[in-house]
Amino acid sequence: MAKKKMKIRAWVDGGKATVKAIIFHPMETGLRKDKASGKKIPPHYITEVKCEHNGKSVLTCYWGPGVSKNPFVSFRFKGAKSGDNLKISWVDNTGDKGSKEAKIG
Amino acid sequence: MNTQRRTFLTASMAAGTVAVAASAGLLVPSTVLAAWPAKAFEAKKLDVAMKEIIGTTKAADSKDIVVEAPDIAENGAVVSVTVKSKIPNTESISLFVPVNAFPLSASYKIAANTDGFVTTRIKMAKTSDVFAYVKAGGKLYKAKKAVKVTLGGCGG
Repeated sequence: MAKKKMKIRAWVDGGKATVKAIIFHPMETGLRKDKASGKKIPPHYITEVKCEHNGKSVLTCYWGPGVSKNPFVSFRFKGAKSGDNLKISWVDNTGDKGSKEAKIG
Repeated sequence: MNTQRRTFLTASMAAGTVAVAASAGLLVPSTVLAAWPAKAFEAKKLDVAMKEIIGTTKAADSKDIVVEAPDIAENGAVVSVTVKSKIPNTESISLFVPVNAFPLSASYKIAANTDGFVTTRIKMAKTSDVFAYVKAGGKLYKAKKAVKVTLGGCGG
């Protein structure tokens, strides 16, 4: 498995948790051409991202090729406390996937 | 596209990364790939994409939705967009860029205890409005923000 990286920051402020996450992914649209060979680079992008708080879904993202390389997402939700588990998992159009868990700080 | 600049961007991103690769291979996502709306994302026309993802192209303008994006984006490959919806029971937020090859950029399904607040970075081919469609309580609302792009982000 290629090196898959994700960064998650999550903290509680005033009863709400704020989450910021970056997934490292090329997000190829399939429209770009390789400069050297002139061939099209095949599409490779994340299609679905699930964010779960203690096993309960808080946000589902459906992404297309129009999302930037190394996609970033930030959101807020209620009912979290410090030390809770947050899991973000993703899958891309080639069937590749990854996930990461973090503690809410 | 300027290769040197690309390399620099990639390198600076990598440098900022903490070593988190270790855990990535061990954890397998449990229930992903449920309902990604392929037709909506592959649609090349705005109205087709809208119909596929939200069922209609009609929505009421709302002042309770704020779309925050830069007035001028120097690099169309990375345009940070924040959508804030103050409408109660916000169920989903969808982002459209009409000038892109694939107009639907992203769609978010929002759980009951999650705020109507999402930030993402999207690509923009050229200067355009960014549309945010918000579904709340079974109704559709929309808002837009004009973004001027000085360097396109789709293709090169």
